[in-house]
Amino acid sequence: MSDRPSLLELALTFNHIAIASFGGGLSAWSREVLVIEKRWMEDEEFLSAVTMCRILPGANQVNLAVFVGVKFRGIPGALASVFGLTLIPVLLVLVLAYFYFQYHEIPAVAGILKGAAAAAVALTLSMVVKTGRKCLGGVVPVLLFLAVFLLNGIIRWPLLACLSLLAPLALVWAWPKEKQP
Amino acid sequence: MNLPRLIQVFLLFSSLSILSIGGGNTVLPEMHRKAVGDYHWLTDKQFADVFAISQAAPGPSILIVTMIGYKAAGVVGAFVATIAMMIPAGLLVYLVSRIWERAKDSPARKAVEKGFAPLTVGLIFASALIMSKAADHGWQAFVLTGICTFIFCTTKINPIFVVAVAGFIGWLGWV
Repeated sequence: MSDRPSLLELALTFNHIAIASFGGGLSAWSREVLVIEKRWMEDEEFLSAVTMCRILPGANQVNLAVFVGVKFRGIPGALASVFGLTLIPVLLVLVLAYFYFQYHEIPAVAGILKGAAAAAVALTLSMVVKTGRKCLGGVVPVLLFLAVFLLNGIIRWPLLACLSLLAPLALVWAWPKEKQP
Repeated sequence: MNLPRLIQVFLLFSSLSILSIGGGNTVLPEMHRKAVGDYHWLTDKQFADVFAISQAAPGPSILIVTMIGYKAAGVVGAFVATIAMMIPAGLLVYLVSRIWERAKDSPARKAVEKGFAPLTVGLIFASALIMSKAADHGWQAFVLTGICTFIFCTTKINPIFVVAVAGFIGWLGWV
């Protein structure tokens, strides 16, 4: 990577992602910014990083910020990315906490949030459509996709249970085939 | 400043950080047991309320710990809780991503990138479903979601603009 983003750019980018995700959909926003807008990574690398960040302990989005930060700028990059991702949300949540514990009510933003949440779900769905077009060619990937959706989304198995069942199958399917000598 | 309380906050959230396999929300029951049951930092109702507030706010979903830290030990407590929740897990991600970078051309990494892609798309589809359930969507919200999805899939309109318009529609009380 010849034109690595600077620390400031990492912080500003993750700040942008955090602010945009008002109402939710942080994963979809991350792809929108990191893959589409900035072209810092390809869809395949992004998607596998997302799942690794889900498996590892910690908040998924904080983990992704660490992952991307380390990729470009090592530990300082990770700190800059996490700082950018969390600073304004933390300050906002602090203000809300103050109002809540002081006056026992939250500034009335419920309606706005409801609308924004509907759009955030839509952005997440559109990410499924766009990335699905690329990686769901063939019977096996479609079956993997449906199986994990069913187990995690409908039956609500924990993530680890879903993946310990399906990840080995996915890896066997995806392992690069060696040419026979 | 209440130092023993701050140390309690730090120890609780840094241990929860390392336990939160699968995302921050997986340790909510344990967080509730400790913060409400053992330490009495906040009541049951307050815990439910700060959870709702933290989910609606922008940014990562673990910011509930910022609010609990604030209630336990003021503004300093809020920052201590937030940092404690991120450091242990962050260190682990750092180690894994270093190994990952080094394994750039290995067959294992190729298999993970190709094989995990359909699983990730399925998990994200599942999270869209869970998000709309958590937001308690009525039929108006589903219509709005449908229209927005169509716009996102077929046009190049900036998503921020669409989210803002949807927020405005929500403000008008239509969803």
